[in-house]
Amino acid sequence: MRAHAICFTLGRFIQAATLNTVIALGLAVFGDKEFSTNLVYSQCIGLSIWGLLDGGHRLLMPDRAAQKHRLIWIVPLGATLGYVFGTLVANTLLNTHNSFTFWASEPRQALGFLVLSLVAGGGSTYYYMSREQLAMAREDRAHADAQTEAAQRHAAESQLKLLQTQLEPHMLFNTLANLRVLIGLDPTRAQDMLDHLVAYLRATLDASRTTRHSLQAEFDRLHDYLELMAVRMGPRLRYTLDLPPELAAQPVPPLLLQALVENSIQHGLEPQVEGGAITISACQADGLLTLEVADTGVGSQIDLNQPALRQGSFGLAQVRERLRTSYGDQGTINFIAGYAGGTRASITFPSEI
Amino acid sequence: MNHTRPPTALIAEDEPLLAAALQAELAKLWPELRILACVGDGDSAVAQSLARKPDVLFFDIRMPGQSGIDAAAALADAWETQGADAAPFPALVFVTAYDQYAINAFEAQAIDYLLKPVQPDRLKKTVSKLQLALIQRAQAATSLIAPAWSGDTQLDATLAQLRHLLGAVSGPPSDASRANPVVPLQVIQASVGATIHMVPVEEVLCFEAADKYLRVLTAEREYLIRTPLKELQAQLDAQVFWQIHRGTVVRAQAIASVSRDEAGKTTLQLRGLKEKFGVSRLYSHLFKAM
Repeated sequence: MRAHAICFTLGRFIQAATLNTVIALGLAVFGDKEFSTNLVYSQCIGLSIWGLLDGGHRLLMPDRAAQKHRLIWIVPLGATLGYVFGTLVANTLLNTHNSFTFWASEPRQALGFLVLSLVAGGGSTYYYMSREQLAMAREDRAHADAQTEAAQRHAAESQLKLLQTQLEPHMLFNTLANLRVLIGLDPTRAQDMLDHLVAYLRATLDASRTTRHSLQAEFDRLHDYLELMAVRMGPRLRYTLDLPPELAAQPVPPLLLQALVENSIQHGLEPQVEGGAITISACQADGLLTLEVADTGVGSQIDLNQPALRQGSFGLAQVRERLRTSYGDQGTINFIAGYAGGTRASITFPSEI
Repeated sequence: MNHTRPPTALIAEDEPLLAAALQAELAKLWPELRILACVGDGDSAVAQSLARKPDVLFFDIRMPGQSGIDAAAALADAWETQGADAAPFPALVFVTAYDQYAINAFEAQAIDYLLKPVQPDRLKKTVSKLQLALIQRAQAATSLIAPAWSGDTQLDATLAQLRHLLGAVSGPPSDASRANPVVPLQVIQASVGATIHMVPVEEVLCFEAADKYLRVLTAEREYLIRTPLKELQAQLDAQVFWQIHRGTVVRAQAIASVSRDEAGKTTLQLRGLKEKFGVSRLYSHLFKAM
């Protein structure tokens, strides 16, 4: 670390010396003194100013960002002192006349040099400070970027997993197999089924892009899904969608109920030879919206209220996660096993209108 | 074997449209084939197959009641291979929407499989394969003069493949999939009335499924717990406890003898228990004289 700091200091020293040389060159071209004299004065004054400012920053501004205002007096003071000290050193080195008499003979030129010192000191301080700030900002951004990237990756992964559960291959290929049969048997029904499939797929793919849709839209998508399942399961699936018209416009996270309905079918009705019924309903009380999925299936042998689920866990974990991100502690999910032999799941969260 | 009898088949598929479509496709590609029955669940599939003894079975894998694979295993177990009613084990075709079991990865293709939606060209291949198998079977039956059905090759090959599908090869050290549970269970907690009994797993001789309960048998007494066998088995050391039947897992070291009766049924006696336990065909390969 020390070697690192020395390296940086040396770098700034060389840059300061280069600037001094450029100034000396400029003075030689536009002034009346020769280059060597200009160079000695320029280096002596410039390096003195550099030393004072560089040390001054270090000693008087341990916290750069918060103590930036101190530059207002550090820079003029450092530059002036540096100018005086550098001039004295140069006088001694060149063994010339006391150049402070210069102030009497050529006040304008002398003032010009002082102003030049101030400008060079201020300019280079400004340059270094902004570079430092830039580096710090870059570091902050890199850190923030890494965090955002991790969050995005996490979101993308869970999005992918959600898609995989929703576009579950059994569901998709069985549906397509039924569609293939219907095309030959009953083209009108096949078209109907295809329309439901298209709406279902579109909703599934769009769900990640919107945070809310209306409860009506939610029920419409469930209707699409249940229609697809009804073609497949025939009389083994009966369903009721009960949405009170006054709740139709309530905003809800898209496809929140989908996983519950899939669970009811997959773990409740499908294993049961005689099939069963699903009822999906919504009600509102005391500013809370309750959505309920009840089935008459086999019922679960495990307690679904336990967060650590063994089977079919991803869909439910996803529902919990989405409830938490959308409503915090105010969103709850509750399972009642053994309701009419099956399972009743209810989700409650604050209604937004 | 009489050559005039037309080949017969049974379809087990819970989705009515798909069952009807498969039947229609088969009628086109294999007009002689008689479909004896179309059933919609695994239990009926087993019952109907046993009753009507078809030559070919088309089993959907995901079915209510019992999965197609479980149904095939139950059928293989209950199939009569000896006596007057003995018939060769049917050729098995699984029909599935998604090949999660990677059925086609098996070398021994005792079981064919079809992916849904069923493509006519693919079904044609299956039909030719089945026709060939039935011809070979008929030839074998006529060329060998009255063979005692000492070994039904179709049944043996089917069993071997089903064992893989079920991941049922427990016991032998070669199988690593289930051999090392993360943390083997130490104690079984069984409630008797208001008391919870702590039963060390070392004392357990046998777990047997009975209705909604699981019987836990030790040399001294019997306990009932509610944990399903499958779930419990995952927490047992497969080297120590061997599965011998769909609903039975026994301590290998406690097995005293395994015997086979005239009907081909295998039973097993445990040291310290009077009760005898049936060994299903799926697991009887575990017991061979050294």
